[in-house]
Amino acid sequence: MTERFHDIALTVNGEPVRERVDARKSLVDFLRDDLGLTGSHVGCEHGVCGACTVRLDGVIIRGCLTLAVQCDGARVDTIEGVSDTGEIADLQAAFQTRNALQCGFCTPGMLLTAQMLLARGGVPSREEIREHLSGNYCRCTGYHAIVDAVEAVARARAEGRP
Amino acid sequence: MKIVDDLPSGLSALDRPNSYIGRAVPRPNLGRLTQGRGQYVSDVTLPRMAHVAFVRSPYAHARIKAIETDAARQQEGVIAVVTGPELAKVITPWVGVLTHLKGIKSAPQHAIAVERACWQGEAVCAVVAKTRAEAEDACERVVVDYEELTPVTDPETALDPATPVIHASLGDNLTFERKHEAGAVDQAFAEADEVVQATFGFGRHTGVTNEPRAIVADWNAGEQRLTVYQGTQAPHMMQNLFAKHLGLEEHQVRVLTKDVGGSFGIKVHTYADEMAAVALSKLLKRPVKFVADRLESFVTDIHARDHRVHAKIGVKRDGTITAFEIDDLTGIGPYSVYPRTSGIEANQVVNLVGGPYRCPNYRARARVVFQNKNVMCQYRAVGHPIATSVTENLVEMAAARIGMDPVEIRRRNLISDDGYPCAAPSGIRFEKLSHHAALDKIVKMMGYETLRAEQAALRQQGIFRGLGFASFIEVTNPSAAFYGVGGARISAQDGATVRLDATGAIFCASGVTEQGQGAEAVIAQCVASAFGVPLDKVRVITGDTDNVPYGGGTWASRAAGIGGEAAWQAGKALRQNVLAVAASILQADAAALDIRNGIVVDADSGRERLGLDEVARIAYFRPDTLPPGFQAELMATRHYVPRAWPFAFTNGVQASYLEVDTDTGFVTLLKHWCVEDCGTVINPQLVDEQVRGGVVQGIGAALLEHCVYDERGQLLNGNMADYLVPMAGEMPDIEVGHVVSPTADSELGAKGAGEAGTAGAPGCVVNAVNDALRPLGAKTILEIPVTPDRILAALGKI
Repeated sequence: MTERFHDIALTVNGEPVRERVDARKSLVDFLRDDLGLTGSHVGCEHGVCGACTVRLDGVIIRGCLTLAVQCDGARVDTIEGVSDTGEIADLQAAFQTRNALQCGFCTPGMLLTAQMLLARGGVPSREEIREHLSGNYCRCTGYHAIVDAVEAVARARAEGRP
Repeated sequence: MKIVDDLPSGLSALDRPNSYIGRAVPRPNLGRLTQGRGQYVSDVTLPRMAHVAFVRSPYAHARIKAIETDAARQQEGVIAVVTGPELAKVITPWVGVLTHLKGIKSAPQHAIAVERACWQGEAVCAVVAKTRAEAEDACERVVVDYEELTPVTDPETALDPATPVIHASLGDNLTFERKHEAGAVDQAFAEADEVVQATFGFGRHTGVTNEPRAIVADWNAGEQRLTVYQGTQAPHMMQNLFAKHLGLEEHQVRVLTKDVGGSFGIKVHTYADEMAAVALSKLLKRPVKFVADRLESFVTDIHARDHRVHAKIGVKRDGTITAFEIDDLTGIGPYSVYPRTSGIEANQVVNLVGGPYRCPNYRARARVVFQNKNVMCQYRAVGHPIATSVTENLVEMAAARIGMDPVEIRRRNLISDDGYPCAAPSGIRFEKLSHHAALDKIVKMMGYETLRAEQAALRQQGIFRGLGFASFIEVTNPSAAFYGVGGARISAQDGATVRLDATGAIFCASGVTEQGQGAEAVIAQCVASAFGVPLDKVRVITGDTDNVPYGGGTWASRAAGIGGEAAWQAGKALRQNVLAVAASILQADAAALDIRNGIVVDADSGRERLGLDEVARIAYFRPDTLPPGFQAELMATRHYVPRAWPFAFTNGVQASYLEVDTDTGFVTLLKHWCVEDCGTVINPQLVDEQVRGGVVQGIGAALLEHCVYDERGQLLNGNMADYLVPMAGEMPDIEVGHVVSPTADSELGAKGAGEAGTAGAPGCVVNAVNDALRPLGAKTILEIPVTPDRILAALGKI
């Protein structure tokens, strides 16, 4: 693997994608610059802030610590994709009702991270929610409202409410 | 889910039918942000757009002897390599001084360093390329020959004769000094039963906005116009500065601000690298984009605080505070930041110390000195956390000295709630504050007595918990007294233009900006309520100097109090205009009509007369049916600026409950409370969230955040792995309460709420830590951040 450019084929938000990428290009740069999926954000570029969180084969990862070339053959889901499918519509609605975002820059990553926790089922404690979200930096809210929103969705889902 | 009560607050002046004032309505822009469909500047791309990266000085202070750029120019994708002297032909330097800060001085600062680099991270050369990666690649090939100069990195010795002077033309390293004295200070200290003296340290920290600073500049040589997409809090201010330093007329410059990924004061200043990006666009006649990466942010986003304060308080045995005295020293960067200056924070410290209390005797000195470190300037709650910490830590130390409860000493000294209007010994004036009501409320909210009992019981088990308070005052709604009187072209007034569209909906263009605070929602609430339409019929437009009324933007907690009032007045004016049209259609008396829920009604009975869509249809498409000579005016503009008071001071109190692990020095935050009085609450949920976010920023300063410099001026922890910010796992739940004392300076009566949390949190957390450690005989900790090693040192364990 000494070539600088590589052909990759992957599925992004359910759509097949074939592109030629620079070996050094991160997944988040690839999504943003090459595919125009600007909902995934670049905050720190060293895996601390979580703004670039996307799902790779169903698991959340840091888009800045993953190379695009590593995603050959994989399935990638971004905030645009999960918004269009309606998978997290209840969580997005709760974030809006509870004002669990201010500038919104962390929000796509925060939502995808929260959805991983919620997908396990049950109603996590506030401490468990805080712990699960502790790799996603939010400068605006102080986190309280985010915890409220995630907790509310967990309860609603557990009770079978829409 | 704990949703804030969505109920009208019952404020009579605003008691219109279907009023949205006082209701927790959701913000209109959240849908796109939760779907990743916002548009931040970092998302903007334009045809022919190039990217700039900067070669930055690795030295805190160095002479630039030569820059070799040939190899960089040969790199793939490179469009231009530009040095400081070359760019200085396109953009003039600036000096960050204002006339109302008497004696403040600074040196000319260039977009790219010319001859000397004065801090580690200052740009010394720009590389423009087709992609950011290619620009960075080529930066590696730029060879700069530096002669390292002695850096000035200790504020304590900055003024010593033996210390080199950073800017020889200024004569010394003193940026600004202010002295103030009120009352009979020496006599007051002599009459005190106890005098508590202490030295406080406030670490340098920075904003760490989640989206770094970003700008796309597009000079169109054909139009002779510059369009700048910028994540800024103050578009009109930037329009003025771009024009001024590029030799353009202001009308040739348009600044567009869309979604902004956090600001907190970071994005209200002039940054050399952003000015360089704009100048490069003009030079190269094509769009140029600059997005700071995180490492650049740490060495170029303004830093704040970095104060050392010697202070003392005099107190009588009955708890009466007799005097405050402070000597503040702060080390800024090598330049006072343009155009707001780096003297404001120290000036605020002098203004605010002792502010909540009746004590008339006050002596203060503040000195601001140059340093070869990154620049410092105004960041959320400018000066407040320093003044509040000094005051409130002294008050609780005095209480401990005389054996009085910290709540009781405040009750005996806080200005009486019926004692307004009045002035503080520093000269600031208060219209109406509510310290006692706020303190009573927080004591009740937190169950103070129960917590004290729990604390005492746990101490018996070797568990050390602490309770701390901080009463505070907060500067909001600034008039021209903040900047305009000093010569800065930063608008104190703000405007709103509202327009009835052809189907009966309302457009509102506002001069304030949105960076997440909820300004657009508040503007929409004001317009909808004043005019009389459902909220979803109002569309708010901000952040476009071509299309919104001239205004100051969003900073110093002015968006709701100033921008909201302008929107309220504009909504009222348009209602009168529309009622005039409706009256002429209905052949009725306009004064007998009102607009409610989007329908023209009889004011007395509420009987529905005419839909707004019908008014608009007739006015726009069938004006021939209106009486001769009648002209419908379906657009109204109003402006507002506070006139009666230079600032709308607000007040509040915070409390912290925490536990200290005396073996590890780790602090666990258990709960935090804040009671705030921002006058009329337009949207209680947004106010609460401003407070919560602010509290956590203050907690970050208290426990985590610190830009650590070595003696050579090197930032040692300039990345998000080493510079600690508050994350969800460590932060407490925060309970927020309100007291409402509206300002009479506006019809809405709203004051600001954005600084409150950050103002009070450090002081009350430090008080709580010291309260926890007091029974152990620990030394009082007055240096923030309060790190585990500082706690263990205070306990004598290391």
